[in-house]
Amino acid sequence: MDHITFLVAMVIVTALAFDFTNGFHDTANAMATSIATGALRPKVAVAISGALNLVGAFLSTEVAKTISGGIVDDTLVTPGMIFAGLVGAILWNLSTWLLGLPSSSSHALFGGLIGAVWVGAGRHGVHFDKVVEKILIPAVASPLVAGLAALGATYLAYRITRRARPGTVSKGFRAGQIASASLVSLAHGTNDAQKTMGVITLALISCGALGHDAGPPVWVILTAGTAIALGTYIGGWRIIRTMGKGIVDIESPQGFAAESAATAVILTSANLGFALSTTQVCSGGILGAGIGRRLAEVRWGTAGQMALAWLVTLPAAAAVGALAAGVVVHGGTAGTVLIALAAVAVALVIVVLSRRNPVHADNVNSAPTTRLRPASPAGAAV
Amino acid sequence: MNVKWGALGEVASVSIGATVGVVVVFALGVWALAEREEAREQGAGATVPLVGAAACFAACAGAVLYGLYLIIPQFH
Repeated sequence: MDHITFLVAMVIVTALAFDFTNGFHDTANAMATSIATGALRPKVAVAISGALNLVGAFLSTEVAKTISGGIVDDTLVTPGMIFAGLVGAILWNLSTWLLGLPSSSSHALFGGLIGAVWVGAGRHGVHFDKVVEKILIPAVASPLVAGLAALGATYLAYRITRRARPGTVSKGFRAGQIASASLVSLAHGTNDAQKTMGVITLALISCGALGHDAGPPVWVILTAGTAIALGTYIGGWRIIRTMGKGIVDIESPQGFAAESAATAVILTSANLGFALSTTQVCSGGILGAGIGRRLAEVRWGTAGQMALAWLVTLPAAAAVGALAAGVVVHGGTAGTVLIALAAVAVALVIVVLSRRNPVHADNVNSAPTTRLRPASPAGAAV
Repeated sequence: MNVKWGALGEVASVSIGATVGVVVVFALGVWALAEREEAREQGAGATVPLVGAAACFAACAGAVLYGLYLIIPQFH
């Protein structure tokens, strides 16, 4: 272990921190609709999701051999750039969590890396055609497909059960939601935990602590799996609220349709080699399920904000990554320490801000939107 | 740039087909279950709806198992 330099140690710590934010940012994907419809109690839902993420981390043996899947030139990437990219991704994940916006953790990671490599290695280090092929097209297509699937399924589910008694229908679909939400969680664990494992493994290879083509050591699998599971269990309640209550008023048949659509899209595209964002697929499914039921209220304002966050995610994380990479590349160890301290400070500020209007397991279903400021008491000036 | 439009179309049609299929079968199962409850309350025989519901839910369980098979890499 004496190969591990200070910088590589920093990469490992930030990678695990990113994995943690990844977990609590994405709990909502699998569990938001189950929590909103009452299929699972909030605490139970995040516990199941956390456990399945840990299981998923151990199941995924096929750890990413490249950090980015060809989006940046991996031969030019140094541990310093990985560190800077991770900082960009973490800060963007925390900011969107504060606002309760479900944005893609994978896009944040790619964005951070693109920014860091652009500044650290030059523009030729970024493969822009791959960015279009691997990020832009799936980002547009996957929520659309999930939305269409959920729309059709919701419409038919309501048609078939329209004469049946409502109590039985809603109980039946709630039971189904437990299975569909669990599948989304497991798929998430196998996909997202292995990204962090890949990052840590490549950092270890780059400093000579591991041989080329080495798989991740057991401690890497264990820590990465634990980080994402812990994050999932802590639960990004702010985002769960937006996805479960904010986009549409969701009933259990819609929740089941949305989750089934998300599972189907994630599994078919993984089989055919498309990388996509679980967050976007799940949000697309929820929106489709909202449109599919007549008279369901769809809050287009919230959906619009979410779409805006998707557009901004990659460039925003890239900007932070680029800034961090500039300091790390030119500032050496002192620069790395500076960026790490700055990142911790910003993260603390965000956590403190979130305390002003906390969202937790007990109040997650009580309002449709996550606000920064506490709601003003009745009669007070707004 | 080499966009795999064919694969994209395949993902779209398979996803939509699978989702609609599973949800429709599950909805039929729920409907049959509700029918069974009503039949029992009226004192009528409820075997047919029960068998129907069981068949639908078994098919959905099969879909879940196939999903697990796809997710867990050790199986392939």
